[in-house]
Formats: sequence, structure tokens, C-alpha cells
Amino acid sequence: MIHPMVPEVRRIKRVYRENHNTVTLAVEAAEAAGPACLPGQFNMLYAFGVGEVPISLSGDPAEPGVQHHTIRDVGAVTRALTRLKRGDSVGVRGPFGSAWPIASCRGRDVVLIAGGIGIAPLRPAIYALLRERERYGEIALLYGARAREDLLFGEEMELWRGKYGVQARVTVDSAKWDWKGNVGVVTALLPRVRFDPAHAVAMICGPEVMMRFSVLELKNLGMEDRNIHVTLERNMKCAVGFCGHCQYGPTFICKDGPVFSFDRVRSIFGVREL
Amino acid sequence: MNQKLTLPPDGLERLFEVLKERGFTVVGPTVREGAIVYDRLASPADLPRGITDEQDGGVYRLKPRADGALFGYVVGPQSWKRFLDPPVKRLWRAERDGADFKIVPEEPDQETFAFLGVRSCEIHAMAIQDRVFTGGEHKDPGYEARRRSAFIIAVQCTVAGGTCFCVSMNTGPRSESGFDIALTEIVDAERHLFVVEAGSPRGREILAALDTRPAEADEMAEAEKRIAKAAAQMGRTLDTEGVHDLLMQNPEHPRWGEVAGRCLSCANCTMVCPTCFCSTVEDVTDISGDHAERWQKQDSCFTMDFSYLHGGSVRASTRSRYRQWLTHKLATWIDQFGESGCTGCGRCITWCPVAIDLTEEVAAIRANPPAGAESIKKGKP
Repeated sequence: MIHPMVPEVRRIKRVYRENHNTVTLAVEAAEAAGPACLPGQFNMLYAFGVGEVPISLSGDPAEPGVQHHTIRDVGAVTRALTRLKRGDSVGVRGPFGSAWPIASCRGRDVVLIAGGIGIAPLRPAIYALLRERERYGEIALLYGARAREDLLFGEEMELWRGKYGVQARVTVDSAKWDWKGNVGVVTALLPRVRFDPAHAVAMICGPEVMMRFSVLELKNLGMEDRNIHVTLERNMKCAVGFCGHCQYGPTFICKDGPVFSFDRVRSIFGVREL
Repeated sequence: MNQKLTLPPDGLERLFEVLKERGFTVVGPTVREGAIVYDRLASPADLPRGITDEQDGGVYRLKPRADGALFGYVVGPQSWKRFLDPPVKRLWRAERDGADFKIVPEEPDQETFAFLGVRSCEIHAMAIQDRVFTGGEHKDPGYEARRRSAFIIAVQCTVAGGTCFCVSMNTGPRSESGFDIALTEIVDAERHLFVVEAGSPRGREILAALDTRPAEADEMAEAEKRIAKAAAQMGRTLDTEGVHDLLMQNPEHPRWGEVAGRCLSCANCTMVCPTCFCSTVEDVTDISGDHAERWQKQDSCFTMDFSYLHGGSVRASTRSRYRQWLTHKLATWIDQFGESGCTGCGRCITWCPVAIDLTEEVAAIRANPPAGAESIKKGKP
């Protein structure tokens, strides 16, 4: 038996530069026998000689033979990963973790709320929803970033808006004179989209404080806890439940998360330093 | 029901021989630097003879015993996790190969251990770690191999330590299962012998190779009496009734701030704990840049680094780290693995340099539930 912390070496098929500090690595996927990935899951990526970090899958889960990872350069390992080129090798373990509840969205409205790089783990959910667009009601995407230059997937957002009727709304925390769009927190966009809170599913991914306020606003609109889904993040070393780092109260984020329905974490969500 | 046998103390010599013939490395208690530690033993002469230990919060001291008992003490700073889940181990090496690199997994270690002198709380600790490393979807093959091959010779406690509370945790002092052989030492003015029983087919086979005789009724009764005496001597108690809900409902209890005023965040409690399993990884490269290694090392939730997340530590205060440790040990462990993470061995109390006592901390939280507990229970974002 191979130790589950031993990565497989895989080749990078393509590199997409997304903005000034973020790239998407398209990495060849494991053999056909390997596990398919679900929207919301993550891989552990190893940069030779530097280290290993958890990175959410950001591509279309239905696309065979490739897995996409959108990575922002924030530390030593992510810096090394964002400097890799097509044809380079990267160590991969995964996919790990829980998934967005796509099946439970059928016949309902869907609200997606993303903050910063949090748009990346939500993109596979968007692909999955748009693949069978007719099965779902309204789809609203609220996306907040620090500034215009930090925005991701701008061209695709136009496609989702135009071809699939997604109510995509973007806001930034701060802007210069040439920005004609929204400025402010992402929750301020909620009144500007149509959805039926009583029959909607919400998926939220972003900083904890942004998720806390998003949950609060959704509940004020009448959404039930079990229909709100959040992703959580903690330090993670092993992704297989051995290292203990990613504990969040009674859960291990690597195996019970990263996607949680809010009723599962409600009692601990507001506890500081948990 | 297993037949109980009697083994004279010199029978241990033969036990060592038989185990070595079968390829086992015998590991057991021995005295080093003023403490009883677990290490590879050459013969029974390496065992701590006529020695006992005095333990209390922040206190550990070896003292002579009047008799020549070989197991007349309780548990020291180390536990068997040192051998089953070594604190430092290489997971794999990576070698540059042109523009590419390849990963070479670490070969499994071939040493098979016979653990001599395993206490009931420690057998429970092994079972608790089994659930972490082999009970889920992902298994640690090295741990599994070491654990499966290990031969376990339990020693029934006939004395309890000043920080012991296995009776509260329902983990001792008598080992009921999980061993290959169990010994109860009887030592007094007239005699020195072991009442022994096998707990597995492997144990029966080893016992058959030793010079034993059927145990006399009075010997068996004396062994039971001594175990019962240890049960009555527990230095600490912990009221486990509802402790899960008690801690889950009290994340903002003022006691966490109070204990944080004493806690040094030194991580001793996690290092001595026989069930604490957390680890970190370290990447090592050489100067050529062509070779890299990944090492797994024991880690502690008391360090700042443990919860580091781009830009800062989630648990920046000692208060939050102590709360994490205790709440995990006694409450969320039950959610995660179906049982408590505490065996009542008392090591965390003995080896805390400022004598923080988890039994006392739980009692303090229980005695004084704060007014805000209900709103936390109901939850609010």
C-alpha cells in the first residue's frame, strides 16, 4: 500500500495567466481509473523542493483528462507554483473533500457568493449548473474583489451573463476613476438580484468575515440554514485526516469539508480563534 | 476463559529469548536520566528493579521501593506512540530527473516490536490512535504494519500514580483485551512471581514456550486484590458525565482566560499524551537543488505555526490554544472518532511545568457555567 501522503508526478498541460498575481494551471489528470473530481473539492499540489499546499479545483469537473487549479501568489509554495510553465511537472494528491450540493439545486434558484480567490472553487459549480441550465431557476453570482486588477474570469463572466442568463454582479472594495461598476461589500449586491429565498440554495466561498455577513443577510431574507453552504479554510498539511491541523471544532476540513451546509457549523461559526 | 499461569521472575529471561528467537525487538521500561522511559531492552536486567515513581501536578521523581518489584511504578513521560508513530520520519524523497522529477516513497521499516510493560491506559491509547491512522478512508501503511506486527505484553497495574484517573475514563487499571500476554506482578516477603494469561493465539504460543505452571487460587486472588487496590488509589478523578456538551457549550467560559494566564503554551502536554497525533511536514533540499525530502514531524496545537493561515495564526492566543486542546481531547474527539481522546494516564498533569490539571479545569467549568452559555448553544452567525 502506498502512503496517502506520497504525491503523483503530473505534467502541466497549459498555464493561463488570470491577473497580476494569479494563474491557472491545467494539469494532466490521473489515469481513467482514478477518482473523478466533484465541484468544491481540492488537490494538494507540490512544487519540487519548495512544499505542498491545498489548492481548490477550479475547472469543469466534466472535462476529461485535465484538472484546473487557480493559484494566487501569496507565499513561498504558491509563488513557486505560479512560476511553473507548460510541460513542467508538479506533484499532485487528491482530489479530497466534500462537494457543492449541485443535485439539491434542481428546480430551485441558486445564489453564488464569492470573495476574492473564492471565485475559483465556485467555478466548477457554475460549470456544473450551466451544463444543465434548464434544470435550475434563477442563477445569481455575486462576486467581490479588492480592486479591479484582482478580478478573475472576466471574459467568462460575460459568457455566463449573456448566453446562460446568469445574474452576475461584481463589486470591488476600492476603485479608481475609470471603474464604472459597484464599489462596496459583496452583500450590498444581494437586493439587486432576483431569487426566491424560500426556494433557493446558496453557496458561499470567501474570507470568513465575508461569509459571516453573507449568511446573516441570506437568513434575513428568509433562507434556511440547511440551504446555505459555506467553505472553510484552515492550515492543512496532510489532507487525509492524520495531521490534525485543519480541525474546525468537531470537523476535519480536509475530509468533512471544505464545503459545509451551514446548519452543520452554525453553533461554532461565530466562535473566534476556533 | 483463559487459563491463568504462574511465571517466576527469572521466567522473564526466557521470555526475552523466545521473543528474540522470533525476531522481535523487545522494548520496555528502563531508567534514564531520572525517569522511566521506553527503549530497546537487552534483558530483564534493564528493567527498573525496586523503583517507584512519585507523581503529582508538575512533579515526577523516582524513589526506591522496599521490594524488588520490576513493574512497581506507573507511566513515565514517553508512550508507545514513539515506536508506532515515530515523532520524526521521512515520507519520501524527490529527485530531479532532467527537466522532470520523480518521487521515491520511503521503504517501510522492517523492525517488529515486542512491547513489554504496556499498561491498560496505554492499550486504550493504541486503540484510539488506530482509529486515527487506520480507521478512516485513508490509512497510514507504516503505522498499520508496525501496529499489526507488535507483540503486546501488558502489565496489570498494582499501584496507581498521583495523577492517574483511568478509572474515571473507564480505561483501567485492568487490561481486559488488546494484549497478547498480560502479567500481574506479585511481590512480597515470601514470593515474587507473575500471574500470566494469554490474550491471543500468538500469546498462547509464546506462553507455551515458557516455564510456567497453573496458577494457584490464592495467587489469582492476590493478583485481583492488587489490581483492585490500584483502582482504589487513583490520584485524580474526572467527572465525564456530559463533558462533551459541557465543553461545546462553553467556548467563551472565563476559565479559558484564567488557565491561559498560567499556561506557558510549551506543548509538553501534547508531547507526553499517548493519543495526541498531530504532525507537520518539513521539506528539505540539498544545495544542488536536485534532491528534496519530505519529513513528517510530531507537532502540537500549542504552537503559533500550527494554525497559520495566509497572514496570521487563527489561534493567536494561549486561551484559544488551550481551549482547542482540551475541547478536542474530551469533546470533539468523540464527534470525530466515537470515543474520548483521553485515557486518564495523567501524563499531561505530571509533565506540565506549571501543574495545570485538566481534571481541575473541567471541574471549574462545570462548577460555574456562565450566563451566556445558552446563547452560544443556540448559535448565531
